[in-house]
Amino acid sequence: MNIHEYQAKAVLKEYGAPVAEGVAIFSADEAEAAAKKLPGPLWVVKSQIHAGGRGKGKFKELPADAKGGVRLAFSLDEVTSHAKDMLGNTLVTAQTGDAGKVVNRLYIEDGADIERELYLSILVDRTVGRPAFVVSTEGGMDIEAVAHDTPEKIHNVAVDPDTGVTEADAAALCDALELTGVAREDGMKLFPILYTAFVEKDMALLEVNPLIVMKDGRLRVLDAKVSFDGNALFRHDDIMALRDETEEDAKEIEASKYDLAYVALDGDIGCMVNGAGLAMATMDIIKLYGAEPANFLDVGGGATKEKVTAAFKIITSDPNVKGILVNIFGGIMRCDIIAEGVLAAVTEVGLQVPLVVRLEGTNVELGKKIISDSGMNVIAADDLDDAAQKIVKAVKGGA
Amino acid sequence: MSILVNKDTKIIVQGLTGKTGTFHTEQALQYYGTQMVGGVHPKKGGESWTSSLDADAKLPIFATVGEAKEATGADASVIYVPPAGAGAAIIEAIDAEVPFIVCITEGIPVADMVKVKRRLEKSNSRLLGPNCPGILTPEECKIGIMPGSIFKKGSVGVVSRSGTLTYEAVFQTSNAGLGQTTAVGIGGDPVKGTEFIDVLEMFLADDETKSIIMIGEIGGSAEEEAAQFLKDEAKKGRSKPMAGFIAGRTAPPGRTMGHAGAVISGGKGGAEDKIAAMEEAGIKVSPSPAKLGETLLEVLKG
Repeated sequence: MNIHEYQAKAVLKEYGAPVAEGVAIFSADEAEAAAKKLPGPLWVVKSQIHAGGRGKGKFKELPADAKGGVRLAFSLDEVTSHAKDMLGNTLVTAQTGDAGKVVNRLYIEDGADIERELYLSILVDRTVGRPAFVVSTEGGMDIEAVAHDTPEKIHNVAVDPDTGVTEADAAALCDALELTGVAREDGMKLFPILYTAFVEKDMALLEVNPLIVMKDGRLRVLDAKVSFDGNALFRHDDIMALRDETEEDAKEIEASKYDLAYVALDGDIGCMVNGAGLAMATMDIIKLYGAEPANFLDVGGGATKEKVTAAFKIITSDPNVKGILVNIFGGIMRCDIIAEGVLAAVTEVGLQVPLVVRLEGTNVELGKKIISDSGMNVIAADDLDDAAQKIVKAVKGGA
Repeated sequence: MSILVNKDTKIIVQGLTGKTGTFHTEQALQYYGTQMVGGVHPKKGGESWTSSLDADAKLPIFATVGEAKEATGADASVIYVPPAGAGAAIIEAIDAEVPFIVCITEGIPVADMVKVKRRLEKSNSRLLGPNCPGILTPEECKIGIMPGSIFKKGSVGVVSRSGTLTYEAVFQTSNAGLGQTTAVGIGGDPVKGTEFIDVLEMFLADDETKSIIMIGEIGGSAEEEAAQFLKDEAKKGRSKPMAGFIAGRTAPPGRTMGHAGAVISGGKGGAEDKIAAMEEAGIKVSPSPAKLGETLLEVLKG
């Protein structure tokens, strides 16, 4: 789960990380009052969307030469005019896709005098199974480009979960970031703070880009992007409260209510599959036969009839879907449960598009019988290859 | 021969009394008499469990893994405990020095697995999973949730990050007449116990395993590391015919595809890099998940 920058900074501030003073607003009327709470004379007005690249982003509704999604303001009037410009408009960045994201929230922040911009992130390094810092002196830019062009400028420091960030770890990070004097003192304190926040809040990613050295030599978290381990949210009610559903796909929200793994895609063949690997492979094979999947959907191992029904309804609610492929290889998942769920959903919402069903594994005969006895207009498939060819043919052939 | 488990493997179940644990223990008992020898439940020690399929199939329940191991001589444990407690369940099994621990549970917080991984490093236990379908040696032993009916005793070693794609590989190699020595699901989580390399090493060393199917997916670099391992071993003269598949060629970057570990992030973990690394290591990678058996047959024919 992702949260907004201002929320991430509030979380980090609780742990004692140095962040600028700031106020989040939802309407331009609040802009002046928000700015007055900050010292000035420089303010930063930042779009709050769940995507990076905001500074270089462009607003769809504004002229091409208009400023991006992060703007400096040198007066209270300017804060307000920026707010009016940005709120309610659609920001398109390198990470949003062409559709962009509507800016519903702004963060008005106290400006900072920047001496140097650094990069810092923490994530679990799966090769060693430990949290690791990734740092670079090349902050404020696309870190993937830095990693690609100048890999020697990226430094990794993995942390032993038994000890947390040691003095030696913190010193290694200071060295990698070329921190001296006051900045080094700040760094020695900051790195353990960020690590503690990462671990205690079950973060999946904590990215500070940039971490800045200010003119006075102090460190400050200038931007913060935090996402959380969805599997650990059950123990963080405070974090759950930060969820902004307007940032998420409506179908994905509906799917999450039923504990279904669903990802909306751009194609026209809806898929319902059990198992993440098979669900991905089903997408791949659809593409292999010349069509595009409309979604990734893993109904999981312990699906009930209700869950399968919900999954089917989510797929059919997508107007792009021109055909549906149900592909089940039952291990935990029993084929008869899938069949009953599909039948219940079709009975409830009808079936306007071709449906191909491939069942294999536990209780397969029972599942096939339920489908064939139902009188539903279903195209049965023998195996995955057959199923993929049949659904692509049904959709492309307009049958 | 087989790897890791055979007809002599004795297994206890952590989470036996739940719905999932019960269902799959019943299935295991019916699979060529897999030796399920007991269950563990902190509050139900001293009670017993009865299969709903066979009133004579009863298992004793112990309060701790240590007691269960002591009383039954178990050398493996399978875990069906819900995600919030599964990390602690694995650690209990490690502390009880169970040699082989299989965790089926999906959805364990990564932070819990980081702790588990550290404990594993200090122990002699092997963990398979979590978020995996388990392991099955045809006609001998079934640990986990794989459907036994699709297996056939034979010569192919199967290792996979995905449960249902393991079944595809098994089903297709059974239909191709090859059968399997052992099928191992290593699981879809980013932090786990057994990796591809561990299983590949065992398959290379096992005389009866004549060929191998390896199924990976997007995310991380385990497939690339495995490919490097195979290349290094091939230089030493150790190699076996291999077919493979990578799921997620069409997955968009930055989105987690069901499995917690299946995500292309920071430009890394994409399918094409993995396929290239595997091909370079001599694995014939099938473009279609429906042609794993066929692809392996082609490799075997030369």
